[in-house]
Amino acid sequence: MSAKTLLDKLWDDHVVADLGNNFSLLHIDRHLIHDLGGPRGLRETEKAGRRVRNPDLSFAFPDHSVPSTPGRALDGGTYASDLRVQVSRAGIKLFDLGQPGQGIVHVTGPELGITLPGVTLVCGDSHTCTHGGMGALAFGIGWNELCHVLATQTLVQQRPKRLRVTFDGVPAQGIQAKDFILYLIGQIGAAAGTGYAVEYAGSAIRALPVEGRLTMCNLSIELGAKAGMVAPDDVTYEYLADRPYAPKGAMWDRALAHWRTLHSDAGTTFDREVHIDVAKIRPQITWGTSPQDVIGVDEMVPDPDTVSDPGRRNAMRAALTYMGLEPGKPIEGTPVDWVFIGSCTNSRLSDLQSAAAVAKGRKVAPGVKAWVVPGSENVKRAAEAEGLDRVFLDAGFEWREASCSLCVGANGEMVSPGQRSVSTSNRNFVGRQGPGARTHLASPAMAAAAALSGAIADLRKLGN
Amino acid sequence: MAVEKFTVMTSVAAPLLRQNIDTDVIIRVERLVALPPDQLGPYAFESLRFRADGTEDPDFVLNKPDYREAGIILAGDNFGCGSSREHAVWALWGRGVRAVIAPSFGDIFFSNCFQNGMLPIALPIETIREIADEVEASPGNARVTIDLPKSEIISPTGRRIPFSMDPTRQTQLLAGLDEIGITLLREPEIAAFQARDRNNRPWIYQP
Repeated sequence: MSAKTLLDKLWDDHVVADLGNNFSLLHIDRHLIHDLGGPRGLRETEKAGRRVRNPDLSFAFPDHSVPSTPGRALDGGTYASDLRVQVSRAGIKLFDLGQPGQGIVHVTGPELGITLPGVTLVCGDSHTCTHGGMGALAFGIGWNELCHVLATQTLVQQRPKRLRVTFDGVPAQGIQAKDFILYLIGQIGAAAGTGYAVEYAGSAIRALPVEGRLTMCNLSIELGAKAGMVAPDDVTYEYLADRPYAPKGAMWDRALAHWRTLHSDAGTTFDREVHIDVAKIRPQITWGTSPQDVIGVDEMVPDPDTVSDPGRRNAMRAALTYMGLEPGKPIEGTPVDWVFIGSCTNSRLSDLQSAAAVAKGRKVAPGVKAWVVPGSENVKRAAEAEGLDRVFLDAGFEWREASCSLCVGANGEMVSPGQRSVSTSNRNFVGRQGPGARTHLASPAMAAAAALSGAIADLRKLGN
Repeated sequence: MAVEKFTVMTSVAAPLLRQNIDTDVIIRVERLVALPPDQLGPYAFESLRFRADGTEDPDFVLNKPDYREAGIILAGDNFGCGSSREHAVWALWGRGVRAVIAPSFGDIFFSNCFQNGMLPIALPIETIREIADEVEASPGNARVTIDLPKSEIISPTGRRIPFSMDPTRQTQLLAGLDEIGITLLREPEIAAFQARDRNNRPWIYQP
């Protein structure tokens, strides 16, 4: 058998029909449904006289529109209520508010063992690429495609090109997976991954725990890639064993034997290869309105006049105006109004642990609103069992309920116009956290450092 | 779920050559939460069309009288990146946009276009700039034609610019195909795949 990439192995395992021109009808093993697109998709499917083909392969979670307010009502609002009704009609399992398992789909899928190595997994949400951190072929889809999956358990897809990014070296103290991936996007650009699926490889990826790999893959879409993936290994299997929906006993052994074949074979070629030395990476912070607008926290805000490409220059100028920043000035010390620790990028237990380690025994600067929004009910409970909630509350952070919250503002939670936020989320787009809101993306540790300093801060200077 | 066919169109083309126009910018989340898909048109590009005080920004291209009715957008790299919200396509559709010409597109936005009869065309930025230059040389009069059966664009000065399009997607647009209906015809193949797969990977089907 000829040498294959991980992408090709995953792809070929799921081809129901070859449609020609590089298109396939792909079987979808796991469909995650959330409150925004899901209810309407289910309703329209029924209205069109179509049945949900495999309700047992779909799982639903209210996350986008539900409030993160501490002690929130379990109803969750219009969209969550609608989701409840529609999934019950279709016979789809729902992880409802207040129950273990509720949370942001991209946190709960891996956490529950619904996401497995080797599966195709889709969701009507662009950050579905997150699940590639478990060795799944996972990608976001639109609403019509969501309906396609409900009715057929398949999707018509064109095979992407292959990009491999190899991260080698040993990172400096305080450098996290978020810094790796922001650095990469800064190096090759937000459109570099267009048309590709990206595989993250190398010794620095092998050294990352699963939660770090999920963070890396989460931002694959911000690289423009259809999917991001990390080949599964013992780190993955150790994480997955005994999760509620992971296979057990003899079935686990059988699955494991298959999973161990899921890696890019030696001698395979990729359409593009990129190499990153992680020793060079400093704590990253974005300055503009695309995730590619990123620098080390000790660097200066870049100057559009030094850029020759007119399209790029225009985008940079517009970004600096929107962000209220001056070229050539240090970004460190820029005062902030908001800090958000949460989202499908960075709301897992290890993220909260790293932010808490920075916050412990310190105080949020006066005038800064700082939120910690755990990614799931289970993360919240685990963090509370360790006393992380007390660390955050004592420092002056708000400790909230699992929701997408300030990452997307779909639940009405937003940063006020003109206010500046340091956020562990994935998008610094114009208006993403609210009309006129200015977002700087960073790691959980950097976000905590900004909250304590009241300004964009270099966490390396905080000391222990 | 019939889709409108795309064959030949002639329209004003609006140059919006900024990179990385994301779907959050095309349609804000509050609108897609609050409004049905067919009422999103008035809110397309709202964060670019309006200033902080709520007044229209006269410098934004789609606010200029010559481009308000543009059915074609000439865009920069990575148009439609970001969120998977199909509402971005519905919002553009709602304001009369039927085609976007850009060097590259966000992958999900690109797929969403074909589900709705919208035509995304990928061309090198230099070619797009040349079309934009011709448009801007006679604003108000310039028209761009897109001929999908011939896979060519006719610029305002009459130049014929070929573009390439995947034949599968081209057929889908020309015929206004409903992808779900077509896939449902393949039910025997789906059932056969699952029967085979249940033997090979039984753990997939016992979650």
